Amino acid sequence: MVSGEQTPTQYIQHHLQNWTVGEGFWAVNVDTIFWSVLLGVLFLWSFRRVAKKSSAGVPGKWQCFVEMIVEFVDNSVKESFHGKDKLIAPLALTIFVWIFLMNLMDLVPVDWLPTAAMYTGYWLGFVDDPHDVYFKVVPTTDLNTTFALSLSVFALIIIYSIKYKGLKGFTKELTLNPFNHWSLIPVNFVLESITLLAKPASLALRLFGNLYAGELIFILIAMIGFWQLPAHFAWAVFHILVIVLQAFIFMMLTIVYLSMASSEH
Amino acid sequence: MDINATIIGQSIAFAVFVWFCMKFVWPPIINAIEERQKKIADGLNAGERAQKDLEKAQEDIAEQLKEAKQQAAEIIEQAKKRGAKIVEEETQRGHEEREKIVAAGHEEVTAERNRAREELRKQVAVLAVTGAQKIIEREIDKDAHSDIVEKLVAEL
Repeated sequence: MVSGEQTPTQYIQHHLQNWTVGEGFWAVNVDTIFWSVLLGVLFLWSFRRVAKKSSAGVPGKWQCFVEMIVEFVDNSVKESFHGKDKLIAPLALTIFVWIFLMNLMDLVPVDWLPTAAMYTGYWLGFVDDPHDVYFKVVPTTDLNTTFALSLSVFALIIIYSIKYKGLKGFTKELTLNPFNHWSLIPVNFVLESITLLAKPASLALRLFGNLYAGELIFILIAMIGFWQLPAHFAWAVFHILVIVLQAFIFMMLTIVYLSMASSEH
Repeated sequence: MDINATIIGQSIAFAVFVWFCMKFVWPPIINAIEERQKKIADGLNAGERAQKDLEKAQEDIAEQLKEAKQQAAEIIEQAKKRGAKIVEEETQRGHEEREKIVAAGHEEVTAERNRAREELRKQVAVLAVTGAQKIIEREIDKDAHSDIVEKLVAEL
């Protein structure tokens, strides 16, 4: 626990509050942006190092590791997405590694970074009370991140649908499925639109829900005193599975959705 | 937990990351992987080919060795035959030579003997004549009895 003065409710709320600058819609969660960009840059920098040196010769250890991930993603893409596309594989790789790294922040003990940020902010004189500093380190527990990802994928779904089926084909798909009769066009449209919109919503909410719940349990565990040590360990071990799985699911579903968008029924 | 402008920032960040990944990260790595896969496949193929070549070479060697052995055996056989033939021929010739030499010796001996006999006969004749002369000098006329003496000589 950070401080004895906080009630458990305050403690939990404090942990679930973003560091926000600005008001209303135009407010920005600085912590979310900071960590996600930092992790994204870390991912691209470390992979770029391999890419620059990569050759068909004997690979180094880091190169092996990176190539393993790349091959894994490449295989997943090849299995699900038929046809050639320059974007899908790098997109899948970025989604997988970036989401994994953001999820990985969940395994950092819940008080370390927020506490460090609190006292840094206090000493630097930004706030009068350390508890006014909010710092959430897991970007994927912010709906903004998950929706940003899923809506980008959604945009790609629409772009691919139009690119591969044409505007006419896409419209037909939305209006003449599943009942191929002109009188049922409105029904079809409602059904298909829900199906279409459910894709980004489920993508974003699944990732957010898993990570938010995981984070919440870490916070709850952090409040139970001495026994939090084995409990934290147990939950963290289980959570390793969750964070990899969620990154993988997001990647896989992206591939599948785009593959569906680019092929005829 | 509200949706706010962060979503725009995150979308832009995501787009930039994907673009960077597509441009500078993915192609070199996947190319290297594919190239290496090809290299390994080629290497394995080459190894297999070499193995096959080796097996074939060994078979060739075995065959050639067998052939060479057979040839050697043949040559030895021929040489033996030839040797035997030469020995036989030489023996034959030796025999003939010996017989020739022996025959020549015989002839010579015979001729010598004949000559000696002739000589002896002549001498005996002369001796006889001389003896007879000596006897007859006292008793008979040389001319009167010469035909008898000659008949005698001829009879020797």
